[in-house]
Amino acid sequence: MTKPKPWLSLSGIGVFAVLLLAVAPLVLTDHWLNNLGKYCCWAIAAVGIGLAWGRGGMLVMGQGVFFALGAYAMAMHLTLETAGDRIPGFMVLYDPLAPLPMFWEPFRSAGFTLLAIVLLPVLLAGLLGYALFKRRVKGAYFAILTQALAVALATLISSTIRETGGDTGLSDFKYFFGFVLNDPANKLMVYLIAAALLIVCLLAVWQLYRSRFGELLVATRDAEERVRFLGYDPANVKLVAFVVSALMASIGGAMFVPIVGIITPAEIGAAASVLMIAGVALGGRASLFGPALGAMAVGWGQSSLGSTWPEGWTYILGLLFIVVILFLPNGLSSLPARFAAARRRPAEQPAPAIAVAELEEVRS
Amino acid sequence: MTDDSLVVTDLHVEFSGFVAVGGVSFDAHPGEVRFLIGPNGAGKTTCIDAVTGLAKATGSARLGERELLGRPVHKIVRLGIGRTFQTASVFDELTVLQNLDIAAGRHRPSVSLLRARRGVEESIEQALEETGLAGELATPAGILSHGQKQWLEIAMLLVQDAKVLLLDEPVAGMSQDERTATGELLQRIAAKRIVLVVEHDMDFMRRFATRVTVLHQGKVLSQGTVADVQADPRVQEVYLGTAGAATTAAMSAVPEPVAGTRQGQED
Ligand SMILES: Nc1ncnc2c1ncn2[C@@H]1O[C@H](COP(=O)(O)OP(=O)(O)OP(=O)(O)O)[C@@H](O)[C@H]1O
Ligand SMILES: [Mg+2]
Repeated sequence: MTKPKPWLSLSGIGVFAVLLLAVAPLVLTDHWLNNLGKYCCWAIAAVGIGLAWGRGGMLVMGQGVFFALGAYAMAMHLTLETAGDRIPGFMVLYDPLAPLPMFWEPFRSAGFTLLAIVLLPVLLAGLLGYALFKRRVKGAYFAILTQALAVALATLISSTIRETGGDTGLSDFKYFFGFVLNDPANKLMVYLIAAALLIVCLLAVWQLYRSRFGELLVATRDAEERVRFLGYDPANVKLVAFVVSALMASIGGAMFVPIVGIITPAEIGAAASVLMIAGVALGGRASLFGPALGAMAVGWGQSSLGSTWPEGWTYILGLLFIVVILFLPNGLSSLPARFAAARRRPAEQPAPAIAVAELEEVRS
Repeated sequence: MTDDSLVVTDLHVEFSGFVAVGGVSFDAHPGEVRFLIGPNGAGKTTCIDAVTGLAKATGSARLGERELLGRPVHKIVRLGIGRTFQTASVFDELTVLQNLDIAAGRHRPSVSLLRARRGVEESIEQALEETGLAGELATPAGILSHGQKQWLEIAMLLVQDAKVLLLDEPVAGMSQDERTATGELLQRIAAKRIVLVVEHDMDFMRRFATRVTVLHQGKVLSQGTVADVQADPRVQEVYLGTAGAATTAAMSAVPEPVAGTRQGQED
């Protein structure tokens, strides 16, 4: 489980960083680089899900909520930056005379926005996690509760058109902290920021996984009661993992906005939250790279197959999901180890001999 | 002596009206291997659950001057109470070293959790030596033998520096040699700590107990040395069934009166 070779993983992150930061910008078209940026955002959220679910055993079905916090904080800032001194266009459409909603005001400040992207998910996940984990809410109850929260937030945003843009969402951002978003050089910069943040998140969980905290988290996942009898409060252990995963979802959401150019409730609701989980499960929830690569693969499938053959894509994803859950509960990243084990086994055990002996017994 | 003794007085535990433990009192001191025995459902595990905060109880359970009842589980642990469970529960996916390292961790500042482990702490090395697990440092706990898992649990209590070890059926499923090794281990540990063992195995009890409390239907039936308890007709009656009342006198004349007990327990 816990890999005995942390330095190998670290060099893996190094290779991944070179691929994302140096190779991809050279070989990909602008269109695909932009897509890759989008997958990076989902991957950032997925890395957090891997931490909370894969290592911590908390099935976080509502990461869309935290993705939304980052995304909407960023989107509100970019909308205000684009509108300048005037009221954002979509608000004028619904009620030309009303002022800017109160809660928008602070998002004029770039500093406040960045702080909000970090602090909002930490506060919300902190409060929510504290309330749930101290009451020992876990398993399916925890999953359903977080999922319900994502549904509630998506509904709230849909129903407040003038305040949040409703189902149409927030879009048409012209500037990103002073940079013109249309400029290809600036687009590259935004991509590089997202890719770099993904690498930073991977490094963060790499350190967490090899730390004592990582071991304690796995212990808590597997035998919470036992951990309590060693003098720890498992609620605190889970809380830390949950808050970090929420923060990562928020960062992913924040970068999603300048890259994709639009954020709507559909990107953060129940379906989107489940899709994030699906990527993590495919890749391998407890491994270091599995969640990120799985999320990127699902993202890629969605923009290639999903756009040319949308009905088929849903079925393929569903089928893939079932196959992986049934035959590879630790995700695709466990395939190499499986192969290695399968190749070693025949050599170690004289399995055929036993089979022959058994056959003969049956015959006699 | 009372400074570091475990004193349980008039312990009551109810599960929605059903009295599982009804007024149990006993004490345990360092230097003795204390046994708690009784037939299935007597309330032995529930007594441990109450002392460790897992079951809500009234009465009193004191370690020295401190009252344990009413505190949350992890706070009771921090006062020095450690326990094992009837079914061995180690962290299967973690190695022996990782298991022990987590057990040793409650004395560390939280921030140090963020660093990786370097080397093996001395307390862990001692516990490994003591429990004979030194060769299994890097073995995942999940593939240890049944007996080794139980020892790992005891080793975890040692590195945790528990003042009190509450062991729920520590030799269940062990071979005869493993039982002997465990009994000797417990005797060594008991020199400096309080050791309270819940057991069904009468033979093990006879060989290693210093003092025994017999529970029956949530009440203390008998208390004293192994010889005292074995000679108590009420104990024989409980272990041999009510029909055995007439045979009780005959049984007490038999050199090993509790031998029939184990059969009565297997069901
Ligand atoms: N959580 C619970 N809810 C309801 N009843 C319980 C609970 N735990 C234990 N009991 C009951 O309390 C009584 C005492 O159980 P306990 O587990 O303490 O027995 P024990 O002496 O440890 O028995 P064994 O030797 O089988 O382990 C039993 O009748 C049991 O059914
Ligand atoms: Mg029991």
